[in-house]
This record gives sequence, C-alpha cells and structure tokens, in this order.
Amino acid sequence: MTMITSALTLLLQPSWNPIETLRLLLEYHFMQNAFLAGTLIALLAGPVGYFMVLRGQSFLGHALSHVGFAGAAGAVWLGISPVVGLLIFGALAALGIGALGERGGRLSVESDIAIGTVLVFSLSLGLLFIRLASSYAANIYAFLFGTVLGIRDRDVAIIAVMAVLGLLVLAVIARPLLFVSVDPAVAAARGVPVRLLAYAFLLLLALSVAVAVQVIGVLLIFALLVTPAATAQQLTTRPAVAIAISTSLALIVIWLGLAVAYFTDYPVGFVVTTIAFAFYLIARARRGWRANAWRPARMARAGGAR
Amino acid sequence: MIEMWQYDFIRHALLAGSALAIVAGLIGYFVVARRLIFTSDVLSHVAFPSALIAIILGVNPLLGVFGFAVLTALGMGTLAGRSRANDVTTGTLLSWVLGIGVLFLSIYASGSSSANSSAGVNVLFGSLFGIHAREAWVVAIVGLLTTIVLLAIARPLLFASLDPSVAASRGVPVRLLNVVFLILLAITIAEAVQAVGALLLFALLITPAAIARRLVIQPFAGMALSALLSLLFTWAGITLAYYFPYPVSFCLTALVFVTYVGVVVVQHLLRRRLYRGAKRLANATA
Repeated sequence: MTMITSALTLLLQPSWNPIETLRLLLEYHFMQNAFLAGTLIALLAGPVGYFMVLRGQSFLGHALSHVGFAGAAGAVWLGISPVVGLLIFGALAALGIGALGERGGRLSVESDIAIGTVLVFSLSLGLLFIRLASSYAANIYAFLFGTVLGIRDRDVAIIAVMAVLGLLVLAVIARPLLFVSVDPAVAAARGVPVRLLAYAFLLLLALSVAVAVQVIGVLLIFALLVTPAATAQQLTTRPAVAIAISTSLALIVIWLGLAVAYFTDYPVGFVVTTIAFAFYLIARARRGWRANAWRPARMARAGGAR
Repeated sequence: MIEMWQYDFIRHALLAGSALAIVAGLIGYFVVARRLIFTSDVLSHVAFPSALIAIILGVNPLLGVFGFAVLTALGMGTLAGRSRANDVTTGTLLSWVLGIGVLFLSIYASGSSSANSSAGVNVLFGSLFGIHAREAWVVAIVGLLTTIVLLAIARPLLFASLDPSVAASRGVPVRLLNVVFLILLAITIAEAVQAVGALLLFALLITPAAIARRLVIQPFAGMALSALLSLLFTWAGITLAYYFPYPVSFCLTALVFVTYVGVVVVQHLLRRRLYRGAKRLANATA
C-alpha cells in the first residue's frame, strides 16, 4: 500500500514533470545500464514466454531458472564468468530433461518427474558449489534475486549479443514451432521435425533464462517469462497479437518496476512481480466480466434469430 | 558405522529423516499419481516468505508456515482447473509468491544483523545435521500423525486419484478427499521446510515415488516400495555425509538422481532389446 501511495504522491506532485522524472531516472550510469539490459531481456522473454506458456512448459521454465543457480555457483567456484556456467548448466539440464521426460514427444507426468528430479539435483549441486567456494550467504542472494542495479557495460554487451541470437533463432523456428505446439500430431504427419523443434526450443528457453538471470535473478526471471504471456493469453487467441501483447507487457513491467524501485525503497523483484501479477488479475477479471456481460446478450440474440 | 550413533546430531538426523522419508515416500506416490508435482513445488516456495514473515513478526515460525501452507493449498484446490491452463495459473501465482519472498527478505535483511541472514538460506537448503532434539521429535510426531491419516484414507484416495469420475459416481467424496490430501501435503511440506529445508523434502517426495511407479504396477506395493526407497536414500545419504565433507542434501539428492537416471536408462535398454527380439521373432516366422 505504501508503495502505491508513495508512487502516487510522486506522480501527483504539483511540480511533476515527466521529462524531469525521466532525467532523474536516467541520471546515473547504473540506471541506464539497468534499463538497457531490462529492455533487451523483456524483448526476448516476451516471445519466448509466449511459446513456453503455449506449450504448457511453465514448470520447465521455473526449473531452468533454478538450474541457473547451480551454473552460476559452479562458475564462481571455478573462477570463471557466471554467464558461461549459466549457459552450460542450462543447456545440459534442458537436454537432460528432454531425454529423461520424453515419451513419444508428448507432455506427460514423466516430464514433470524429470523436471522435478533435475531441479532438485541441480539445486543441491549449487549448494555444494557454494560450500566448496565458501562464499557468503549474501552471494547466494545475489544469484537468487539478481543484481539489477549492478550491471556493468560488459554485461550489457553480452546480454545484447545473446538476446539478438535468441531472437534470431526464434524468428527462424517460430512458424513450425507454433504448428507443433498447437497440434503435434498433425505437424508430425505433415513432416515437421517435432523432436528437433522441441529440443531447439528447450535450448532457446535455457538461453533466455541464462541471459535474464544476471539482471532479475534466478527466482524472478520467471515473472517476465510466464506472467506477461499468461496475461496475453487471457486477452487474445491470435498468436501474433499475443506475442506483441506479451512483449509489450514485459517491457512495461520491467520499466515500471525499475522506475518505482528507484524512487521507493522496495526491491526491484518485488515491484516487477507485483505489477505483472496485477496486470494478470486485471486481464482475468476483464475476461470474466466480459463473459458475464456478453454471453446472455449474445445468446438472447442467437435465440431471437432462431 | 557404530561410532556414528554416538553423536546426538546423527541420532536426531536419523529420527527426523526417517519420519520424513516415510511420509514423503507415501504422500509422494499420490503427488505423482495426481500430477501435483508443480503444485507441491509452489507450496514449498510459499513456506519461504511465510517463515520470514513469522520470524519478522516474532511468531513461532512453525505455526506461521503451517497456517500459510494450508491456506495456499486450500486456495489452489479451489482455483485449480483440470487442463493445461492450470500450469500457467500455478506458474503465475508462483512468480508473485517469489516476489513477496524478495520483499520480506529485504525487510528482514535490513532489520537484522548478518548473523541472522543464514536463517533465510536455511529455509531453502536446510540442514538435517543442524536439527535440535525438540525439532526432531516434532517432525517425527507430525510425520506419524500424517502417515496414519494418509493410510486411513489411502483406499478411497487412490480410487479418487486414478479415476475421479467413476469414484464420484460410486459415492466416494472426491472433493473432500482432494482437500484433505492437499492439507496433508501442505502440512508435510511446511514441517519439512522448517526442519530440513525445501530441497531435501522435494528429493524424497517426487523421485522415489516415480521410481516405484516405474518398477511396480500394483498401487499398494508401489506405495510401500516408494516409502522404503526414500527411507534407504535417507539412511545412505546421512551415512555418506557423515564420512565425506559434503552437505547431507547433496549426498541424498545425488543418490536419488543417479538411481532415477539408472532406472530410466536400464528400462529403456531392456525395452529396446525386447522390441528387437520381438522383431527378430516376427522376421523368423515370416
């Protein structure tokens, strides 16, 4: 509540001036980097999240973000760049889950079990790496909840390269992937390489998580992947529109989240997830309201026509 | 082996670990059968912010965690649909729960010294070797009670899990059983998260049941095998962690993981050989 009131008082100040606010917001280099990195990640997470939700792989996305924790901890232990650890662990886990959980290319309880098992094992591996590296509890929190305000120029460059790479791959496979996700059986009958696409998407999801983890943290990347896409699904059934909505929402959520967190004392992760969740609830309520408001009228009209 | 028993912390770990292993093995069988794996993951995440809230407010953490977990379980029970969309709702809710966890963590971290900050990590990873006598007995007693209730409703619950519509038409109170089961699950997860951390519980909840379901078709034999496997994993994990300088949860989950992968791979190879044999036979007869 105090968050909303303090944001409101800020906006309703008599001297409020959007350009001045923007200038304040972007005054420091670390905020510029945070906005840049956040924007790149939202651009990747929006479309990838749409496919994740469409394919019913939210649990997988969640698990991959936890796997990232092990990767980052392992990299710190070995003294290499966390990004390398994130990518290697993410890719290995994605392929492992794919191989263990596959049953005829369909989603089954078997894949949930494989996800749960790999998730637990990689978390404990992360714990082991932390013990071996004897780092502080505070470092664990940095992995878990991200360091959005501590992004360096080099990180932004890495994130930019990986985001562009991810978007290019997605652009190439988007059409067949959509076909496979909506109707795997018909797609297979038409000669679409279902398995290849499934694995390609797993790797893409792992890449997106690895990119985003540095900014928003292992635990909160999920908010950018799942919630905007879930909201978009409530609003439309058309894929292109849904991808556009999901991406714009991811952008709005991260921008608003950074701005509110900058002007108040609240952690970015909390603000981002709360705004995203609020959008989702509004979309659901709107859908429920529309269904209630229109269905009787439409039925009455249909009845009248008959 | 015997010198291990001299230490109080090992005895407490064995007591709490065994009680937890039996409950997790039994309840996990239903978690897998009812496809509630993602849901139980969310419940273990809810325990994180609620433990922090309880610590901040100075309430007994155990009560706070139980209360929140049962509330969430009931909420999810009422909201849950049946389709794939459920996965998305669960995920969305989960991401917000994590955000709240971050909020309370920041309040907690700024309000207390760094000596306390390991308490938060404990909720995530826990430590079976750090458990006190009183906690160990609480875990054992809650575990025993949960097991008794679960065994009492096991038969109708199994029916309701495997074929809800037929069970409902036979007069089995499916909705009531769902709610009771979710509450049992919430209590187990909350208790385990408090005592030994979310990680250890999750390792014992899902994978032993999954292995048992792969090896045995008969449900009650499967449940027994699942509980037995999870008990064996716990004992082996504690013994390994006693002799090697690795965390207990790592030893335990590594054992569970290797066993699961081994079973999957061996079954896959056997199935392939069976398939090839059948093919050869078919060719020979043709």
